[in-house]
Amino acid sequence: MRYGTVDVLNGIDLTAQRGEVIALLGPNGAGKTTTIEILEGFRLPSAGSVRVLGVDPAHGDERWRAQIGVVLQSWRDHGRWRVRDLLSHLGDYYAPYATDQIQRPWPVDDLLAAVGLTAHASARVSRLSGGQRRRLDVAVGIVGRPELLFLDEPTVGLDPAARREFHELVHRLADLDHTTILLTTHDLAEAEKLADLIVILANGRIIARGSPDQLSRRLTTDAEIRWTCDGQRHVHATMDATGFLRDLLRDHGDEVQELEVRRANLEDAYLALVHEEETGIRTGWAERVWQEQEETR
Amino acid sequence: MNPKTTALRVGLQRGVIELRSTFTNGQDLWNYFFPTAVLLVAVFFMRGATVPGTDFSLGARTLPSALGMGLLFGGLLGLAQNLVVDREDGTLLRAKAIPNGMLGYLVGKLVLVSSVAMIGLAIQLTPGVFFLDGLRLGDPSAWFTLAWVVPLGLVATLPLGAMIGSLIENPRNMGLIVLPVMGLIGVSGIFYPITGLPDWLQGTAQVFPLYWLGLGMRSALLPADLAAVEIGESWRHLEMVAVLGAWAVLGLVLAPVLLRRMARRESGSRVAARREQAMQRVG
Repeated sequence: MRYGTVDVLNGIDLTAQRGEVIALLGPNGAGKTTTIEILEGFRLPSAGSVRVLGVDPAHGDERWRAQIGVVLQSWRDHGRWRVRDLLSHLGDYYAPYATDQIQRPWPVDDLLAAVGLTAHASARVSRLSGGQRRRLDVAVGIVGRPELLFLDEPTVGLDPAARREFHELVHRLADLDHTTILLTTHDLAEAEKLADLIVILANGRIIARGSPDQLSRRLTTDAEIRWTCDGQRHVHATMDATGFLRDLLRDHGDEVQELEVRRANLEDAYLALVHEEETGIRTGWAERVWQEQEETR
Repeated sequence: MNPKTTALRVGLQRGVIELRSTFTNGQDLWNYFFPTAVLLVAVFFMRGATVPGTDFSLGARTLPSALGMGLLFGGLLGLAQNLVVDREDGTLLRAKAIPNGMLGYLVGKLVLVSSVAMIGLAIQLTPGVFFLDGLRLGDPSAWFTLAWVVPLGLVATLPLGAMIGSLIENPRNMGLIVLPVMGLIGVSGIFYPITGLPDWLQGTAQVFPLYWLGLGMRSALLPADLAAVEIGESWRHLEMVAVLGAWAVLGLVLAPVLLRRMARRESGSRVAARREQAMQRVG
């Protein structure tokens, strides 16, 4: 994908399994939205091959479109519509695409209950709070019971309670309805909580990927050791904390005081990784992660 | 049921829902009734003056002409305005994310805009009947003429509105269209017959639909002998159908191309960029 002469996405290689939740994680400007818009068919890549539900999104027809849900970041569209009217209207478009397995659209009352908007069913959209509006966006995205759902920064502007409810809804869609979900976020904790697979994007390329467990094991190998010796502070970062400590204590013994070993948490690692990728300053993180990835393949 | 048929039906419902909400919205009602009131007051004070060369009320001649202008405003500006606003706020992107949503959206918009134009016509004409002499509303042939002039006028102006709406991205640039339209009103014989204008201006006015919309509405609502003060001393229905038909064909050929181009380019990040821009305007 290219804007003018600047490549904004490079070598994004991504495959999703049915019912899987994938989080595209990365800082602003990493290429998350661009990637998701290419997959939604809203934007054309300058090169490469893309297949979504077996179809090139650039040439996806209406039947393809009916199998896909897109949760948009709304602003003030349909402000005068009532919540129930809007959902039942938008759902009507999906009726011809119902199959033996999948009933389309999602009955409005069930859908309202699923996203927690039952109490606001007859409210005008413009009267909804930010969080309620976001739930409506999700409801619109899933009204056609999509097999594949795209969520671009779904929890921006949600308070913690609404965020938790949203997470439960995502789990429900993935577990009960086997919906494949691709979401973008810049919140690592959210990605950890929701995703089966986390893909970290920075500067338009994938810098790491794996399950939350794999990533945290792969990324948090570094440890920081602090101690004082003869009244002087020392700090040392190493991958082999145990070995370093063995040597340290053998060589200096009792002179070592105030010993502290701290393992980097996933967030530190993620931030270091992204920082390195964005600034080009090599501290070793990204290279090592790449190497490990090559080995594990 | 066939998905396209479904989209047409759902689009029709969409138009009805939006029509209901526009006629229960205070701001919108004001926008419909205030210009009507201004027009009726103006026509009221013109009712004593006469059309040059006749003893027919100038007010009674102006009202039908203004109804023709209303078709242009409603069809062309109304649709363009709707498209520009809906693109900015993301309504259009939502339609794009839904199977056949664009088709339904467009049908809904056409229903909404043409209904608003026709209802506007009725609320302007009805009060006028009570204080203007000479409008031949009792004559079935008047209604027959209205029955083809109004749809033809909408078919000629709606696609133009769709084209303009597809080309303008920033709502603030709607002014680029409103100004030329104002100029066109001045030379199209809406408020005064254009037979007194220089030939080249008369010629220019007759290229555009507005003159013919006014003429068409006059031909429907005014007595037959008023044709004598028109260009060519006739209502020139054949020429009217030819010019409005040509605009309709041009619009119907180009509008789908431009609408598709506009729809193709919509994406979440474009809407987000416009939102950013609009926020800066406000803040």
